Amino acid sequence: MGLVLLCVIWLITIASTYFFIAKTWWLPAGASAATAAIDHQFIVTFILMGVIFVAAQFALGYFVWRYRGEPSASRADYSHGNLTLEIIWTTLTAILFIGLNLVGSPIWAAERFRPAADNATRVEVTGMQFAWYFRYPGPDGKFGIAKPELEDPSAGGEAALGLDPSDPASKDDVVTGIMEVPVNREVEVILRAHDVIHSFFVPAMRFKQDAVPGLAIHMHFTPTETGDFEIACAELCGLGHYKMHGMLKVVSQDEFDKWLAAREAEKQ
Amino acid sequence: MASFTPTVPAHHPTTSRGKRADLPPVAGGGDGGRPDPGSPDYGGRLRRARLGMAVALTPIAMLFVAFTSAYIVRQGLPTFDPNTNKVVHDWIPVPLPTILFLINTCVLLLSSVTIEFARRQLARQVALEPVQSIPGVSLGRERKFPWLALTIVLGFSFLGGQWLAWSDLAERGFYVATGPSSSFVYLLTGTHAVHLFGGIIALLVAGLSVVLNRPLPSRRIVVDVTAWYWHFMALLWIYILALLEFAH
Amino acid sequence: MVAQESHAHSAPQGFIRKYVFSLDHKVIGLQYYFLALTAVFVGMALSLLMRIHLIWPMAILPLLGEIKPETYLSLVTMHGTIMVFFVLTTAPQGGFGNYFLPIQIGAPDMAFPVLNMLSFWTTFLAYLVMLAAFFVVGGAPLHGWTGYAPLSALQSAGPGEGLGADLWITSIALFCVASLMGALNFITTTLDMRARGMSMWRMPLTCWSWFITAILGLLAFGVLLSAGILLLMDRNIGTSFFVPLGTVNGQLTGHKGGSPLLWQHLFWFFGHPEVYIAILPGMGVASQVLSTFSRKPIFGYKAMVYAMLSIGLLGFMVWGHHMFMSGMSPYSAFAFSVMTMAIGVPSAIKTFNWLGTLHKGRIRFHSPMLFAIGFVSLFVSGGLSGPFLAQPALDIPLHDTAFVPGHFHLIMGVAAIFGIFAATYYWFPKMFGRMMNERLARIHFFFTLIGTYAVFMPMHYLGLAGQPRRYSQLTELKYLHPLLPLNTFMTYAAIITVAAQLIFLFNLFWSMFKGPKASDNPWEATTLEWTTATPPPHDNFAGRTPVVNNGPYEYSVPGAPRDYVMQTDPATVAAH
Repeated sequence: MGLVLLCVIWLITIASTYFFIAKTWWLPAGASAATAAIDHQFIVTFILMGVIFVAAQFALGYFVWRYRGEPSASRADYSHGNLTLEIIWTTLTAILFIGLNLVGSPIWAAERFRPAADNATRVEVTGMQFAWYFRYPGPDGKFGIAKPELEDPSAGGEAALGLDPSDPASKDDVVTGIMEVPVNREVEVILRAHDVIHSFFVPAMRFKQDAVPGLAIHMHFTPTETGDFEIACAELCGLGHYKMHGMLKVVSQDEFDKWLAAREAEKQ
Repeated sequence: MASFTPTVPAHHPTTSRGKRADLPPVAGGGDGGRPDPGSPDYGGRLRRARLGMAVALTPIAMLFVAFTSAYIVRQGLPTFDPNTNKVVHDWIPVPLPTILFLINTCVLLLSSVTIEFARRQLARQVALEPVQSIPGVSLGRERKFPWLALTIVLGFSFLGGQWLAWSDLAERGFYVATGPSSSFVYLLTGTHAVHLFGGIIALLVAGLSVVLNRPLPSRRIVVDVTAWYWHFMALLWIYILALLEFAH
Repeated sequence: MVAQESHAHSAPQGFIRKYVFSLDHKVIGLQYYFLALTAVFVGMALSLLMRIHLIWPMAILPLLGEIKPETYLSLVTMHGTIMVFFVLTTAPQGGFGNYFLPIQIGAPDMAFPVLNMLSFWTTFLAYLVMLAAFFVVGGAPLHGWTGYAPLSALQSAGPGEGLGADLWITSIALFCVASLMGALNFITTTLDMRARGMSMWRMPLTCWSWFITAILGLLAFGVLLSAGILLLMDRNIGTSFFVPLGTVNGQLTGHKGGSPLLWQHLFWFFGHPEVYIAILPGMGVASQVLSTFSRKPIFGYKAMVYAMLSIGLLGFMVWGHHMFMSGMSPYSAFAFSVMTMAIGVPSAIKTFNWLGTLHKGRIRFHSPMLFAIGFVSLFVSGGLSGPFLAQPALDIPLHDTAFVPGHFHLIMGVAAIFGIFAATYYWFPKMFGRMMNERLARIHFFFTLIGTYAVFMPMHYLGLAGQPRRYSQLTELKYLHPLLPLNTFMTYAAIITVAAQLIFLFNLFWSMFKGPKASDNPWEATTLEWTTATPPPHDNFAGRTPVVNNGPYEYSVPGAPRDYVMQTDPATVAAH
């Protein structure tokens, strides 16, 4: 039985570890400035935890085989423990775990402690059951007033967001169902929600943030490659949660300017 | 007929909170010296009941800690106002019926005093019970002031007074859902009132146990732990009142 | 709680007093256990339906027909709620704790037997109210076991968010009250009713785990109750604790100014200690069983106690790690993340000590031991995915993906369950006077160990690839399509693993009536429950109070006549 347990535990360990190392299923290709740091911290954590995982499981499997009790065997080792060992491995574990955390904390600080750059592309991202809307402030650089009582989701676009037509600042706001941004320039997203909590998740950008009703949350990321990247909702928001997806299109600055200008023109 | 306090036999199955194995069993069930009034392990039961009450008060305290943190968070909460695209605070304190609350506070504190007298009265009764049953011994006819009944009356008065306070708030247009501050006023005072009512039920049970002739030590235990509960309710009320009056 | 004459109450007569409204902690323990047993099969059935729907979303199932997205989400909600509350918070503590705490400390019963009886029946009532949510108009709620507002606070936010959600909250509130009553009993009993010689430092680690779990419950459930009260108020009388100004489908909700984050703070302040409530008793049982079947004292008994105390204490300081993406201050996130890594340290100590117990032991591979060994393996696997989630920067890609259920299922959904299995196989002889079948137990063990790894380890891969949680279908997002084969594999593994539990069920009930009769101490164990008759008499020790002279894990003491010294045996030379 000891040998069987060893084999089962070791095989499970080897199989699990194989798929991690082979990256059979892995983080999608990252296309943002944050990718390098996050992915690197990921690998570091992964290696450390992986080593502990393999060591602990192998030790477990080995011990249950090596110390199997034959009926005629002498007694087990009468030991209540070893204080020195306890102190050593407690200290090492504490240094490892907390150290790992502290080493990775500048990444979090870089993402979250500072506000967006002044020249960032500003997009207001609004989640509602069950769609994402994106609003650009237009040439005046200001977002117009949007009121809950004016919201009409069935009409789409400006009406879905409840834009107040009497506010001059909202006249040039562009509302779209697809998020288009220029590459290599910081994007500031202002996250809002109308009804329940949603979450704006773009795996390729290594970006996620909950959109909370009653709050306007400012975050930023910087896309570094052009392409189309799927947006998923990552906070349970009701029966349509699974199909509340969007698309982030990252294009060159020229294309973005042309696209935005075209959207502005449509409003006339 | 006389009933002498029986000495506890050495092999009596009492528990002893893990005392050292080589000590002889303590008479009276290890209750710390309290005279055994004829019921096995009375001292142990009293100690256990008090420990249980101390433990029970902890989650009640946690309930109000949670409400307090919700109160403080909500007070300071900025919320996005779409009309101005700005973040605003919308907390408007409720003008409280302070006089009424203060009168109620006095009633409750008075009831704390009366229940404390009830508790001590009953403790004395229980201690003297074995003496009183000795033929030929008389301690005189004890006048027993109805402290327990008075506490129940005061408790109901407090609840009545709270009802008046809520009516006053309602008359001035502050209902539960009128605004965040009024919600909390009703929530905190209402939850406290529910818990106090539970204490009144316990006192009624204790009072009923007199009528039903339950043994004195059991009655004493009920009144004792209820008294501690009651004092906690009084302190809790003072805390709630202070929170509502000063923390806004 | 009131007017109990003494603990030497005579055994009750009559079916109702003996088996229904019994005051005997052993009967109450079994009542909790069997409640959890029905709940776990309900929970497993719900999860099978979920897994089947994920890979065959258009399937028309017998009796249920097509599973709509809202139905899927109500399955998710009820699966989580029933498993966390009515299985993991019920069987280890209410079941085994109730049965064995008094016996292991040498007491004739719990401190407050009437309260104990009430706490079971309140739990049972809570269970009925929870199940009722399936059958009302709108059905069971769809807001997840975490019940985030405003989704849970607005009746219009989805099907099932009407009466179903109110019943869900009411059930949880009742459960809070029942748990608090139970915690009161556990704490008072442990502090006040230990037998002569049973100091706190001679208690078995199971007793320590139940004691610490009860303290966690005492402090946490009141906060959950408060959150539930506020939520009921928001839903039904128009207050706005959690709901800000907003609309659902274009209609103003009538609320303003509330904070959805307030719900999350209150919920997780309870929710994090709750997961330690779920795992600590399993850790206690693992220690007990590993020591017994290695024929060795537990390695580092005091360290084990301090580790459990640290886990309990730190468990109250880490709740924000569920909220890194919530909009909470990033500085708070940093603080919570450091505390969360810190809590990995006592968990690691316990793992080292379990390995240390096995080291140089003389291992006997009876069924309880298999599950205890499985517990250690699963605890390592589930625990090590924690440090990924504990770092906010890494939580950015991983939060609300399948990585999270992979982590907590390995720990709660499997390791804690293995703790329950280990306890069942270990204490079955004492509770029922018969032995369970070892061959069936081994088949059950291997199917379950391999099966659960096959279901839950892949969730980590799916999470890395970005598969979000709580999606009723994986058909809409293109990047999810390549993940369907792995999901299919997991579903088949789940079906097989759930089927294997029927082996356990059969073994349990068959052995109760037809198993070979058990001796008083079939495992040659040292703790007090093995000194008394099998099954124990009504007052546990037939009128004799045990006197304790030894620590709980005196195995293989040099010079002793047998390789185990019971706690009531004369003091050994090396006694603690």
